[in-house]
Amino acid sequence: MDLAASLALIVPEIILSLSGLVLLLVAAWAGDKASSAISIAACVVLGACFFLVAPSVCAGASGPDTVAFGGQFQADAFAGLAKLMIYAATGAALVVAPAFFSRIGAMRAEYPVLLLFAALGMSIMVSAGDLITLYIGLELNSLSAYVLAAFLRSDTRSAEAGLKYFVLGALASGILLFGMSLTYGFAGTTSFDGIMASHADGLSLGAIIGLVFVLAGLAFKISAVPFHMWTPDVYEGAPTPVTTFFASAPKVAAVALTARVAIEAFGGQAEAWRPIVIFAALASIVVGALGAIGQANIKRLLAYSSINNVGFILIGLAAATADGVSAMLVYLAIYVAMTVGSFVAVLMLRDEAGEPLEAITDLSGLSRTRPALALCLAIMMFSLAGIPPLFGFWGKFVVFQAAVRADLVALAFLGIAGSVIGAFYYIKIVKVMYFDEPADAVRGKSDWAHWALLAVSAIAVSPLGYLLTAWLGNLADGAAAALFLFA
Amino acid sequence: MGGVPILSLMLLVPLVGAVLCLFAGDKAARAIALGATLIDLALGVVLWASFDIGGAQWQFTERAPIFAGFSWALGIDGIALMLIVLSVFLMPICILASQSIEKRVGEYMAAFLFMETLMIGVFAAQDLYLFYIFFEAGLIPMYLIIGIWGGQNRIYAAYKFFLYTLLGSVLMLIAMLWMVNEAGTTDIPTLMNYGFPPQAQTWLWLAFFASFAVKMPMWPVHTWLPDAHVQAPTAGSVILAGVLLKMGGYGFIRFSLPMFPEASAQLMWLIFALSMAAVVLTSLIALVQADMKKLIAYSSVAHMAIVTIGLFAFNVQGLEGAMIVMLSHGLVSGALFLCVGVIYDRLHTREIDRYGGLAINMPKYALFFMLFTMASIGLPGTSGFVGEFLSLAGIYQVSTWVTAVCATGIILGAAYMLYLYWRVAFGVQKNADAAAMPDLSAREWLMLAPIAAAVLWMGVYPESFLAPMRQDIQALNARVSVAAPAGDSRLKLGEPAPAHAAQEGAH
Repeated sequence: MDLAASLALIVPEIILSLSGLVLLLVAAWAGDKASSAISIAACVVLGACFFLVAPSVCAGASGPDTVAFGGQFQADAFAGLAKLMIYAATGAALVVAPAFFSRIGAMRAEYPVLLLFAALGMSIMVSAGDLITLYIGLELNSLSAYVLAAFLRSDTRSAEAGLKYFVLGALASGILLFGMSLTYGFAGTTSFDGIMASHADGLSLGAIIGLVFVLAGLAFKISAVPFHMWTPDVYEGAPTPVTTFFASAPKVAAVALTARVAIEAFGGQAEAWRPIVIFAALASIVVGALGAIGQANIKRLLAYSSINNVGFILIGLAAATADGVSAMLVYLAIYVAMTVGSFVAVLMLRDEAGEPLEAITDLSGLSRTRPALALCLAIMMFSLAGIPPLFGFWGKFVVFQAAVRADLVALAFLGIAGSVIGAFYYIKIVKVMYFDEPADAVRGKSDWAHWALLAVSAIAVSPLGYLLTAWLGNLADGAAAALFLFA
Repeated sequence: MGGVPILSLMLLVPLVGAVLCLFAGDKAARAIALGATLIDLALGVVLWASFDIGGAQWQFTERAPIFAGFSWALGIDGIALMLIVLSVFLMPICILASQSIEKRVGEYMAAFLFMETLMIGVFAAQDLYLFYIFFEAGLIPMYLIIGIWGGQNRIYAAYKFFLYTLLGSVLMLIAMLWMVNEAGTTDIPTLMNYGFPPQAQTWLWLAFFASFAVKMPMWPVHTWLPDAHVQAPTAGSVILAGVLLKMGGYGFIRFSLPMFPEASAQLMWLIFALSMAAVVLTSLIALVQADMKKLIAYSSVAHMAIVTIGLFAFNVQGLEGAMIVMLSHGLVSGALFLCVGVIYDRLHTREIDRYGGLAINMPKYALFFMLFTMASIGLPGTSGFVGEFLSLAGIYQVSTWVTAVCATGIILGAAYMLYLYWRVAFGVQKNADAAAMPDLSAREWLMLAPIAAAVLWMGVYPESFLAPMRQDIQALNARVSVAAPAGDSRLKLGEPAPAHAAQEGAH
């Protein structure tokens, strides 16, 4: 494959990096005054990339035509679908930010630029066909994320979140690198295809250790138990628009990356990593559910909720079938809508002075003071709990369906029993909003952009979402098939 | 039906009403809710009238494969028809009973209308997953109804209701996923005739049992019911007792029995044991209740146990009896909760001791209350008698002992119901405020009179209700007969005595 063809496949990434660099110059030149213009430009760039990627997803692109740079980079439908979610979620994080930051005069021009670079990193992650590409994408995303977590420089909580994220993230990267070096040492190559081929007749002990370390590093990035400790602290400390971003786009990227590594590099040895994934899935479901129960801060609660959700997503991976991967993608798409919706609703909780409210008690009686907001948040909560007819149920449904089809009935059984524990704290939020006497703490006005985003996500997770199931299922099946071409 | 998708229409009307109620003012919301439920009642009457008795098993079918992996498939047989008619009949009455609701009327009516959509959906769904979605979605409105408009301990009751029923249902979902994977279809009529391997049946049966037993509710997983009832507003109790409990029985008759006949026979002892325990224990518990709603709630558990033994009697009488008990209990317990609501609205207490001698100042009320009390006991001429008699006649063919124990339920039922009635309606007027309560208003007449008429109709001429179901029950009986157990009576034909007439002729 010649260079021109390879370059044609990475047009979205080229656009992202060039426009990121240009906007960085603009930011340096024009200063924070230009932040809204830069945000709009960044949104346009993301939108353009979205529409560039969309055709390959609809066509279910796969095979040698999608491989660039001799296997380093794969622009197949799987990567495409993940990119669509990443761009959409990043766009949402851009849209919600100005109203939050500008009130305290902290809307700086770097924010959209950092998000663009993070999006670029994630794009590379999900398209990686080689351990080196994987690492470059992962680090580009992580470095942007560390800065974003500490974006409110004067706020100690934000600074703490940034530092924690950095230290623990660096540790995870180290673990991942160690695992990668072992994998390379035993396989003699860094390309996923090569690793797969070298393990055709079983894994040696050293390769298994490498695999374990690689999975541990990735588990940190998707905040799966037992590598989840940083999540509540970072989610709570980071500014809420940044938390919205953390909970959505990087999660999609890391999960997609994990799936790709597991299937493309180690797909032949599924029984070697399946127990690890099953353990992480069940532990995430249980710890995510139990940990959330005692929380008084809604951002911490949503952090545990994201841990819980990762557990369900991993059940799809544990199936190690095209069905399972397709289910993961469907779950991710629904999860992004639910997460963005929930965090936007949290962003809209402000007191009279416009200060953000984060305590769950502030939500008391919200259904009487702000009925529309309470209704949307209640829809999100029931949906996260997986109660039909809301769309969150469908995500759980497809994941468990994949597990049952892969003969993992016991896993499905335990996972779904765990979902009942999770339901407890979601309905607790509804209880606070609907059953308790009004605290009347939420009085601030909300930005129209927030309302629009909240309405879109509420409609997406409402029963109307089921009309999308056939379409979404086809896209996800096409994407998953692309991953299994080499397996 | 000339291509009119009447079932979809019945689902759509309350749904649209619910959305409108959310945005309407208090007064408008009441009107919209009453209008929507009356339209649905009219559609229900049309449905019953145009149901072809003895015709195709599944009528009014609709199918639109618009979802991934399952379709919008609706259709009813006689069993579903009767339960749908029961639902749409009770709904306008519930709306009328909700006049005393003052806070957040729009949301209240919306929750009830949404509930109606889901109830009809459960009975009309012909697709396994569609059924599950309707079945499970009822949690959301009921959680809100109990939690927002309930009594003092409403939050505890709402949590308990939600988590109990959710845990039961999710296990059923896994079983459904397995079944669809095995049989390759989500179509309920096809699955009803699919032969699942007997070993798998046991597990599947238990998973479904986990869900239906909680919904039913069977002893010992019934404890959410008294809490939920006591805390729910009157109309909530009526819907809960009248229709939601029937989902469990419907589940057994639609899924457990026809899909897993061997497992049903194999685990029959479990049903019998739990039902016998329920009849005796909950009846005794009902006897000592000081709270009227709690008493009726416990009596519901006892009546539902009669339903389960009838269902698992593996003969036509048992099945018909179970269905009639379900319909009858829906009317009677709903009416009893309404009766409690009538005096609760006046005195704001459910404590039995705070009343007394109501027959003196509220004679019309006392008359209705008496009728429903008798129907609950199972007095001949009322609907309760028909159902209980058939159920027990059915089970007698299987096990004498079960019959004997469950028949005590009727005696105990008479004891606690008459004791309740005596304390509330008879005796001296020991409380001045209770003695000053006015008799039934026109609205309350409108609520109670139709139910009274239905109860008597079902008691005197049950054929109207049995006829649409007969063919389906026979089909079900034929399906489960492969696994039907032998009775324990071991009847022996005696020597026929020589005919008297023949001897006469010899002279």
